[in-house]
Amino acid sequence: MMAREEKKPRLVERDTRLESDALGRERSLLDATWSNGRGLIAWMAETDHKAIGRRYIVTAFGFFALGGILAALMRIQLARPENTFLSPDLYNQIFSMHGTTMMFLFAVPVVLAMGVYLVPLMVGARSMAFPRMLAYSYWMFLFGGIFLYVMFFLNTGPDNGWFSYVPLAGPEFGYGKRADVWAQLITFTEVSGLIVATCLVCTIFKMRTPGMSLHRMPLFVWSMLITSFMVIFAMPSIIIASTCLIMDRLISTHFFNQAEGGDPLLWQHLFWFFGHPEVYIIFLPALGMMSEVISTSARRKVVGYTEMVLSMSATAFIGFGVWVHHMFSTGLPQLGQSFFTAASIMIVIPTAIQTFNWIGTIWTARRLQITVPFLYMASFFFIFIIGGLTGVMLASVPLDRQVHDTFFVVAHFHYVLIGGSTFPLLGGIFFWFPKITGRMLNRRIGQVSFWLLFVGFNLTFFPMHLLGLDGMPRRVYTYPTSMGWHNLNLLASVGAAIIFVSLLVYLVNIIVSLRHGVVAGENPWGASTLEWATTSPPPPYNFAPQLTVASSEPLWHSELAPPPIVGLAADKREVLVTYLLDAEPDHRYPMPGPSLWPLVAAVATSVMFVWSIFQAWGVVWGSIPIFLALVGWFWPTKTKERLEQGVRGRMTVSESLS
Amino acid sequence: MSHLQSVIHPAGIQAALVSHLWWILFGICTFVWVAVAIAALIAMRRGHRAASVDLPESRIGRNVAFAGVATTITLIAIIFESVVIGRSLNTLKAPDALRITVTANQWWWDVQYENPVPSLRVTTANEIHIPVGRPVGFNLLSNDVIHSLWIPNLQGKIDLVPGRRNELWLQADRPGVYRGQCAEYCGLQHAKMALVVVADPPEQFEYWLTANRASAPAPVTPEQQRGKDVIEKGPCAMCHTITGTLAGGRTAPDLTHIASRSTLGAGSIPNTQGYLAGWISDPQSIKPGNRMPPPGLASDELQAVLAYLETLK
Amino acid sequence: MTAHPRHDVALDVTEIPTFGFGHRSLLWWATASMMIIEGMVFAMVIVSYVYLKGRTPHWPPSGPSPDLFWGTLNTVVLLASAVPNQLTKKAAERFDLGGVRLWMAVCLVFAVAFNTIRFVEFQHLNVRWDTNAYGSVVWVLVGFHTVHVITDFLDSSVLAALIFVGPVDEHRFVDVSENSLYWYFVVLTWLPIYAVVYFGSRIA
Repeated sequence: MMAREEKKPRLVERDTRLESDALGRERSLLDATWSNGRGLIAWMAETDHKAIGRRYIVTAFGFFALGGILAALMRIQLARPENTFLSPDLYNQIFSMHGTTMMFLFAVPVVLAMGVYLVPLMVGARSMAFPRMLAYSYWMFLFGGIFLYVMFFLNTGPDNGWFSYVPLAGPEFGYGKRADVWAQLITFTEVSGLIVATCLVCTIFKMRTPGMSLHRMPLFVWSMLITSFMVIFAMPSIIIASTCLIMDRLISTHFFNQAEGGDPLLWQHLFWFFGHPEVYIIFLPALGMMSEVISTSARRKVVGYTEMVLSMSATAFIGFGVWVHHMFSTGLPQLGQSFFTAASIMIVIPTAIQTFNWIGTIWTARRLQITVPFLYMASFFFIFIIGGLTGVMLASVPLDRQVHDTFFVVAHFHYVLIGGSTFPLLGGIFFWFPKITGRMLNRRIGQVSFWLLFVGFNLTFFPMHLLGLDGMPRRVYTYPTSMGWHNLNLLASVGAAIIFVSLLVYLVNIIVSLRHGVVAGENPWGASTLEWATTSPPPPYNFAPQLTVASSEPLWHSELAPPPIVGLAADKREVLVTYLLDAEPDHRYPMPGPSLWPLVAAVATSVMFVWSIFQAWGVVWGSIPIFLALVGWFWPTKTKERLEQGVRGRMTVSESLS
Repeated sequence: MSHLQSVIHPAGIQAALVSHLWWILFGICTFVWVAVAIAALIAMRRGHRAASVDLPESRIGRNVAFAGVATTITLIAIIFESVVIGRSLNTLKAPDALRITVTANQWWWDVQYENPVPSLRVTTANEIHIPVGRPVGFNLLSNDVIHSLWIPNLQGKIDLVPGRRNELWLQADRPGVYRGQCAEYCGLQHAKMALVVVADPPEQFEYWLTANRASAPAPVTPEQQRGKDVIEKGPCAMCHTITGTLAGGRTAPDLTHIASRSTLGAGSIPNTQGYLAGWISDPQSIKPGNRMPPPGLASDELQAVLAYLETLK
Repeated sequence: MTAHPRHDVALDVTEIPTFGFGHRSLLWWATASMMIIEGMVFAMVIVSYVYLKGRTPHWPPSGPSPDLFWGTLNTVVLLASAVPNQLTKKAAERFDLGGVRLWMAVCLVFAVAFNTIRFVEFQHLNVRWDTNAYGSVVWVLVGFHTVHVITDFLDSSVLAALIFVGPVDEHRFVDVSENSLYWYFVVLTWLPIYAVVYFGSRIA
């Protein structure tokens, strides 16, 4: 039995299955197989990575809007000295909610979501690996966010900042349930982030279409792969941290209680061991998007493919060795600090290399197209670079001890995160919008929105550097008139209003273009990667026939025209699993279809999570419905169909049992 | 801007070193930013115009490598400069330094001037006097959550962490009044947890120190005596200390020389009679959430207390 | 479709298999990812243990170290369970349904025995989770591992039920194989935890 000869794929000439009527029949069959039907139930049971990716993106932008409104409220409060627009208690909740929302409910989910939508298309696969887990992860993300905002409207929003330092958030000083709400939101987002990362790794490793060996992967796919690994290695630290925090608060453990042998700084180590890589988790996918857009605009391959991949990997690697630079003012020993200074400064090198490669790419462009997405990407060189350079300053211990926890730092990380991630993301949305919706965004409105954002952003955040140097600490709900900080604060608030307008214009552009935009066609930008080789929007099965590739820019090398795939089932959701390194075909694998179980399981998990912050035993009793939901989920329903598959796969069960 | 709390207006040797470091890094970073911006602009111009610039891949690679090496050298120089300045900051400790213990509380600073002789110790709050030209070593403790002591014109910040003892060294080189503020978010009134640092010429400082070693002066007028009685018998004494009286509470700022201090509520308001009256009658409106409950004094009691507190120079 | 497929040549995958064991299967990679995640969780708790130990003058701060007997007995049981686990995995990989049924049942017996002893083991840790930070970290180490044993036990029970009730196809055998891989992870992670919990407080 063991020595069964495994059949290899074979090249066939003039296959009738590729003639246009046959292909048409196959496509309508595939449509029937992969599409999900209409109605609420079908909507809730959705497992298509494109639908889930869209939902993720829209939901994350919903939270972006909420976080933005909170920011606007803060800017109103700070526009004048001694302002009483917000009470201190509400202000503290608002800045904590703003940070938590932007980091956990916007920045990380949205970049992962771009991967969810794009990666399977870019690697030429028909689906994402584990589509039901993906659906579950989305529901967990959604419920986590709803939970946070419901608690906030019940005046139980987190009020200890987005890193929730103990003992302020501990059992003694963190009153009520606010810190628990924060910690449990983290649990929700961890679960969803880890699942997406796992799905992405499996998709990228095992589902790339034949021919797409590792060195032919688009740089965006590389960035998502590296990011996913960062998620997998970094998030366990915050799992431990938030679990220990909840246990300290709920069942009187003493991890962070210095009176019983615990240590408040242990929290900071655990948090930042996750928290700093988190920044790169947000940043790396944006770099991937930049590479795709710049390459498309410049009509050439990005200079230095290997260096780009190595740079991103080096960033990820060094990113795990710099967390202590968030703790320079806690009084740690000098020697250790120097190490972290060096590491924090050296992490600049890989980003610098990438920046130079992009500039080289643009320099040698074949008629550079200055499109709206390109504008967003190009602003990186002006905005992100400022954030990167202030980051170098902050890595210096003496200087950090002056400007740490001031508005200088606030300016720094907004330059880094907005300049290094949100700008490229908005450019990326503009770029892939035609693929996602089938229509182009309006170029004029796009330019207006971009320039408004560019100006508004700098007006808002540049003055904050000066405020920080002049001694304004972050997280203050007001400041005395005598400090003279009001003019710059007012300027920042005006800038914030301009940002608000620019995003509104962007939104209007989306709404208008959804109905009236120019119909995009398959490849409106003339890009090189596989997602542009299918219709816009793509069919539920992405590709028919599944294409293979013979270069890293398959759409720019039509002369190579590698053979398409035939023989994947059209009457079931079958995908091609390939080998990790060279993406040679390995086996055909059936993907599960739509199911309500992910939603049911997510509801059960959410109930347990919320229950557990009120009663410790909620963890135990709440686990029972989760268990039942998971059993229901994994219990085979279509055994008969699977048996038939066995027959088709030339390996019947009876044979195997004999 | 007032520059009362400015990183780049140093008034002491430590802050001057860091300010120096700042200007070096600012120069380097500005240069790098301008270089990158110009390179990007030129690249866009050329890329946009040229139908096809056929620079061989190897030449672009060489240019990138050159820029990478230049970046690395710059970064190493920055690390070197930063470490050198960090070390010189560390050498500025002295055995004959003035030692002050600062204990942070939500949301005020307890200040104690150390002395081997207990009776010569001085306790005050939210205002620190230091002698010009002499190193000062702070022992930093916290009674509740993490705070951070930051007096930008004199030195960078160090956290006050419960269960740990941190040190901060600074030295003022010219007389003046500087402002400091808690720089680690510490809860509801983090924004109003400031302190005043007064750098006095040495003889003036000694005078101040001696004056503050004294117990509170005895009340002179009957009104003042009544005020003292109200404090001792009323709720005030449960939290505040006035040396030489029955008031010995330790959970709130020491009031022995309250009248000599320039602010109330840890830098929230100026210490004038009107503000003081307002603070005592309703502390929660000025700094909502602070730990002082309204003492519920009748207006004549309030007047008496004010009259007495005014004598506590 | 823009990429107009060339009609003269195609890559026909009709004949290739419909499943694969080990690193060929998607499930193996998902399991690997889960093992990295949980391995990191355990590693971070062990790091926290060492960190807290370094900050405490006496370790354990009060009371005796955990009793060696029950923990060691459990380690032996766990290591012994690798045998039926391996036999299950091998049986699955040769599609030997009878073998899978037999050895999975044996594995479940081991898991029950292990959990029973674990219950006793908790009572011989000689500290409560709310006594001090030492107690907290010891309980979390052993507790997290117990959560893994219990979930894997439940997981295996459901899988065993499927194997007995049937019908069984080749993907089910892949499931069994990955399940066995995960049990190895549970066994292997226990060894450093055992070393830390039982000897971290005995060795200075």
